[in-house]
This record gives sequence, structure tokens and C-alpha cells, in this order.
Amino acid sequence: MSVDINITVIDREGTEHKFSVPTDMNLNLMEVCKGYELPVEGICGGMAMCASCQVYILTDEHFGERNDDEEAMLDEAYFVERNSRLGCQIPITPGLEGVKVRLAPEAP
Amino acid sequence: MIKTDIIIIGAGPVGLFAIFEAGLMKLRCHLIDAIPQPGGQLSEIYPKKPIYDIPGYPSVLAGELVDKLMEQAAPFKPGFTLGERADSIEKQEDGSFVVTTNKGTPHHAPVVMIAGGLGSFEPRKPLIANIGDFEDKGVRYIVKDPDQFEGIDMVISGGGDSALDWAIYFAEKGSFVHLVHRSDRFRAHKDSVSRAHELAAEGKMKLHTFAEVKELKGADSLNAVVIHNKEEQTTVATDLWFPLFGLSPKLGPIGDWGLDIEKNAIVVDTFDYQTNRPGIFAIGDVNTYPGKLKLILCGFHEATLAVQTAYKIINPDKKFTLKYTTVQGVQGFEEQQQKQTVK
Repeated sequence: MSVDINITVIDREGTEHKFSVPTDMNLNLMEVCKGYELPVEGICGGMAMCASCQVYILTDEHFGERNDDEEAMLDEAYFVERNSRLGCQIPITPGLEGVKVRLAPEAP
Repeated sequence: MIKTDIIIIGAGPVGLFAIFEAGLMKLRCHLIDAIPQPGGQLSEIYPKKPIYDIPGYPSVLAGELVDKLMEQAAPFKPGFTLGERADSIEKQEDGSFVVTTNKGTPHHAPVVMIAGGLGSFEPRKPLIANIGDFEDKGVRYIVKDPDQFEGIDMVISGGGDSALDWAIYFAEKGSFVHLVHRSDRFRAHKDSVSRAHELAAEGKMKLHTFAEVKELKGADSLNAVVIHNKEEQTTVATDLWFPLFGLSPKLGPIGDWGLDIEKNAIVVDTFDYQTNRPGIFAIGDVNTYPGKLKLILCGFHEATLAVQTAYKIINPDKKFTLKYTTVQGVQGFEEQQQKQTVK
């Protein structure tokens, strides 16, 4: 049976958005943000090529493992912090229940 | 001047398919692309990735799809200006357009179709306030004509193949190279990484890890960079810095063509994918409209509808009725009809 999880996204103005998101839709965090019309561009369509979906993970237990493509992109992106991840590389799974992220600033 | 019926900007899948659809209506196309090969992202970024949503192909590698589209377009003898970026557009008195590239090549046609995908890929520039003052005066985002820099001491930033390969290249050619990287993992090829460490041990290179160039100094041109790491700041005297942080897609000069832009994409009318400027169309990932999906197959549809209006613009007095290829087959053009003349 599918479960919905609760996630919190803080936008670039500091406003908190709470969403209940299904885990059986094969979604990733970038797509969720876009779906709720947050200002996340996702230019490359989820191939870890543009970093326009960069987020900071604010709940340590949800940091997960960056994959190689993601690591490579974050090596070159702007405003990268220790807790940076690419939203497009974070699948929405039950393990993300309660995750809180903040959108990284827009790249120049 | 290169003359054609439709100038297509972008030689990705959608631009290539537009040649075919235009060809069925006896319209000739000439494509311009900043990348020196056709195929756009499919060739440049993911040629070996399978695509699963092209109708009739349960799975096709991106590179193969490009080859097939080229084959499908071939009977219509398209022209190509590759390795040049479309920079400016000028409307002529008769309503036609001249599109000129960054290398000054002019193209003339009554219709322009922008099939620019993500845009053109431009170097990612570090965020340093005065970096603009030193561009081409010590700061270079691309290594062009490396011979001229051999033996010159330099600073290179980046952790990818490009940064490491060039650092090794110049260190082996007698330059002393400071290689600056944000972390201590280099994701370049293993052999390159160990070679860099060897060169460092030999005193031909210095690796600065967990470090970034944060300040640039100089009067008319660069004469020092300041490298920050966790503990300290080091000023390195140098008149040459290559920040090699890869490429990022930008709409580029097309953004200044007077077209309606929304969220980095060109707004079109879904009737025929024309922009707010009559005669200029935008098809594929570069456009936006309510319900837009960035899919290759949607781009194919957009290209097909766009050429119908293009036909009417080019042949205002002729009627054209759709003929199925199953009835007519595909009648290509005899020869390349490139009326190349000196301006």
C-alpha cells in the first residue's frame, strides 16, 4: 500500500511550504518542487546537469548518499555547502518522512 | 550570404526533424548550432543513454536517434553552420530575416525556427565581483591555443577532467601549476589523479584542496589571485588563471531578440508555435506554453505544425494540402541548393 510522506521546503524568501507527497509515483524532490510551483527550474530535466534544483538538507538523517553524477555537478555548481544535494537525485521514498530542505539561491 | 527557406537555430532532434517535415512541403532548411556536431544534447551529453519514449522505438540510444534523424533528413539536403552561435537577428524590409553568427556568418530566410533546446552552453563563471575586469586579461574560461601558455606559471581551478588534464599538460610543458579544488576528491580519470600527485611530488605542481580562488588582484591585468582554504589565505602571484568549472546552459543572445520570455523559455502560440514576432517560431525544449512538456516527441509535433504556417509565409499564394508519405513517398531535393555569395 502506498504511503504519503510529509516534507517541508523552505523557499528563497524563507517561507515554509509543507507538502504531503505520495511515494508510489516515482517522483523526485525536484519534480515535487516544480509540481507545487516553487521557483525550481529543473532545466536539465533531472539528469544532474544543471544544479538548478540544488537544496540544503536541514534534517541530518535524510542526507543520503550523493551519487557520482551529482557529486560531479556539485563540484562545479554555485553556493554549494556541506549539506547540498540535487533535488532531482533524491527519490521520494518512505525514508524521507519529515525531511526539511531549503532551496539554494538561484545561480547567476 | 547563405540563403534558404527556413533558418533553424539548433541542430538537436527537433531541429533535425523539422528539416524532414519542411522538406515534405518543398521547403529547404539551413541549421546553425554552436556545437560542432549535429544532435544537440543527445550527441553532446548523453549519446549512450537509451530513450524509451520515441513512438515505435521501445528503446533507442540517443546517439542512434540522431543518426536516424540525419538519415531521414538527408534527402532534403539541409545546410549546416556548425560550431557557430546564432547571435543576432535583423528583420529586412520585405519581412525576411538575416541571422548572423558570432563568427559573422550571415544567413537569410523568410522564416526562422528556434529549436535551441536548453540554449547554448557557456562556461560557469566563478562569483568574484571584479572577475569581469580581468576576462581575457589573465582570466580565461576556456583553454584555446594552449601553445601560447606553455611554460607560463599559472593557476587552474576545478576538479574535473578538464581542470586536471590541462594542469598535467602545462606542468609537463614546464609551467608551474597551482591546481585549486573545492574538495580533495578529483572525479577525473584515476590515471590523471595519480599523475597530478606525481607532478606535485616532483615540484612541478601544487595542489590546493578544500580551497577556492576568492579574490583577484591587478591593475590593468591580473597579477595575483588569493586562494582561501579552511585555515588560511594564500596570495599567489600569477598573470594567468583558468577557472574550469564546466558549462551551464543559457538562453544566450536569443534572450535579447525581442521575444516574449517566461522562465527562461520562449512563449509561443500553440496554434503554430510562432513567437510574438511573426515569422519567428520556437519549437522543442526552448519554448513554453500552458501544458508544455519537454519531450522530444512533443517537439516533433511542434515542428510539424510550425512548418505549415512557415509554408504559408513563404508561399502566400499557394495552397497546400497534407499528403501522406504512404501515398507520395519522400521526394528529396536534387542537389544542395546553397546560394553562397560573398556579401
